[in-house]
Amino acid sequence: MTTPADPPSGQSIEIAAPAAPIHVASGELGITAGAARARQLTSLISRNGAVAVLVVLLIIGSIFDKGFGSFDNLQNVALGATYIGIISAGMTFVIISGGIDLSVGSMFALAVLTSAFMSKHGSFIAIVVPLVCCAGLGMLQGLVIARLRLPAFIVTLAGLTGIRGIVYYITKEGNTVPKVPAHTSFLTLGQGKLFNITWPIWITLIVFAVGWWLLNRTAFGQAVQTIGGSRPAAELMGLPVRRVQTLVYVISGLCAGFAGILTTASSSGGQEARIGDSYELVAIAAVVIGGTLLSGGVGSMVGTLAGIAIWFVISNLVVHGLQFNTYIQQVVSGGVLLLVVVLQTMLSKRVSAAAAKR
Amino acid sequence: MTTTTDADKLPGGVSGRSWLPAVDANWIRERGVYVALALLTIYNVIFTNHFNHYSSLETLMSQTPAVLIVSLGMLMVIGTGGIDLSVGATMAIAAAVLGIMVAATDRGGHNASLTVAIILALLAGLAVGIFNGVVIGVVGVQPIVATLSLLVAGRGIALVITSGHLLELFRPGLSKIGRGQFAKVPYVMIIALVLLVLVTILMRRTTFGYRSVAIGGNLPASVLAGLPVRRTIITVYALCGVLAAIAGVLATARLRSADPSYVGLGLELNAITAVVVGGSALSGGKVRILGTFAGVVLMQLLTTTLTSHNIPSSATSMAQAVIIVAAVYIQRTSASIE
Repeated sequence: MTTPADPPSGQSIEIAAPAAPIHVASGELGITAGAARARQLTSLISRNGAVAVLVVLLIIGSIFDKGFGSFDNLQNVALGATYIGIISAGMTFVIISGGIDLSVGSMFALAVLTSAFMSKHGSFIAIVVPLVCCAGLGMLQGLVIARLRLPAFIVTLAGLTGIRGIVYYITKEGNTVPKVPAHTSFLTLGQGKLFNITWPIWITLIVFAVGWWLLNRTAFGQAVQTIGGSRPAAELMGLPVRRVQTLVYVISGLCAGFAGILTTASSSGGQEARIGDSYELVAIAAVVIGGTLLSGGVGSMVGTLAGIAIWFVISNLVVHGLQFNTYIQQVVSGGVLLLVVVLQTMLSKRVSAAAAKR
Repeated sequence: MTTTTDADKLPGGVSGRSWLPAVDANWIRERGVYVALALLTIYNVIFTNHFNHYSSLETLMSQTPAVLIVSLGMLMVIGTGGIDLSVGATMAIAAAVLGIMVAATDRGGHNASLTVAIILALLAGLAVGIFNGVVIGVVGVQPIVATLSLLVAGRGIALVITSGHLLELFRPGLSKIGRGQFAKVPYVMIIALVLLVLVTILMRRTTFGYRSVAIGGNLPASVLAGLPVRRTIITVYALCGVLAAIAGVLATARLRSADPSYVGLGLELNAITAVVVGGSALSGGKVRILGTFAGVVLMQLLTTTLTSHNIPSSATSMAQAVIIVAAVYIQRTSASIE
């Protein structure tokens, strides 16, 4: 079932998201039309802000750094961003639903290792086994969160620890370094090209397109947004809250798994058990930079795509363009994240204050 | 306003105090972490070789202090309904400042006195904490994102301070702090216990403590009651930053080197785990100091136990995951009543 066509950017359900944590006094007198309009404006700005920043960065980059704008460099940046990009697509669903998934880095590692182990049995097995594992573990987490109503932060924190434990267990405490046999068809998934652009980049774009459609054009996507905006309201509407919540973590697990499979397929070296450490943080950062509110209810797929691109463009510019160390790049990336969230917060405060005055 | 959330109170009726408390499901729920710790200790006493030896306590006392100190800060932050992901990075910054001040001039350091270096390291932690507090309390950014940005940037800052190097530190005073003992108890453990007592007094006996728990319990009510919400939040994060810096200094002293790449790496998750396993609510308003202490010891003892039975560390991670979820599940009902 699809909803009637809304404005292109498509979020028709604008349930009043919970007020920002600190300023409580401003928004009590019900949700007025002004406040709703203000909220729409905020979400419009925060949704397209990331795209604007990305464009500015790309222009600055190609003006000041000769090598930056070249096709090869841009392709490398894009390729580097694909894996965490796919993870962030799943994370977007989780965060919009009002949750968080800290387990994706470990989940990613599990997929990398299982697909590397399974690759000798053929491409099909190497793709299906990791996806089934990750979807299963995602569902387990989702069920615990949705049915037992435990906080997502804790459950997925346990997932982060426990799934990493599984990864070390199947690699005999990290001593086994599985490798994809050379010349298998599985490798073309990660290394083949279409129109001179490698497959993982196309696949990432497809994942985001499907994610956008799922979020903005299906009943499921509307339900995710409604639950994130106000769970009690979603329950009163009769939405299948628990099922949707569980599914969101399945999607996140599947995305992490898929990213892992692509990683294995694109590298010919051995895979180590510590891979994907703290990827969850980059994924969360990308989603937040993309304008998705951590409180849930509001967010966009395009924003996340821009967010992950911003993250990797910055590190490329800092490390290759400015010839700085990777640790200065960490400082810059952290600074950008902070700047974006501070601006978002101040903007949404100002808009809601203006609406309250009117 | 729910300020009284003391762990020490008996649930249910207090009439007819007997020596034996009524042990029911609720009693266990309230004291799950102590029960688990007791069971694990009994198991070890009976089944683990060489456990009844002072060395096992010694190992425990050398491994827990850093996590315990960081967890105390985390506990206060979580009590206000926040979270601080930047504690590990703060430890790294403190270690880097300490290292660069103490290291010899020919190694890029300043050869400063140890006291000055430690004070500067703690001030650095204070600065990080105040920064977090302002971004969260004044600007109104969500704690997870605000501290996430410092988790990413902080370790980079620490590496910038030491130019990316590991600094080996040869100072007798520093080694004494890190490895010295008083009556067979390591100094670091004594420091951690003193901090535990100080935090207990702060949270249970001062207005500040009551305010911070009130803010975590019900923010709108605290605002309406006219509590100094911003100031309290900034102070809580500042204290958390200082405690993390102390842990960073102690870890550096123990290793006799400042290693900004690895000091405190991932420690924020251990601290959050200890706080949650200890029975404090992640949503705030409920601060359990002794429970957090027990949580730190429980998680460390679990690792030690499994290791001494030759169970691989991967299984330890899986066991930890189960314990985290079980702890939250057991406490769930009591939390929903409040």
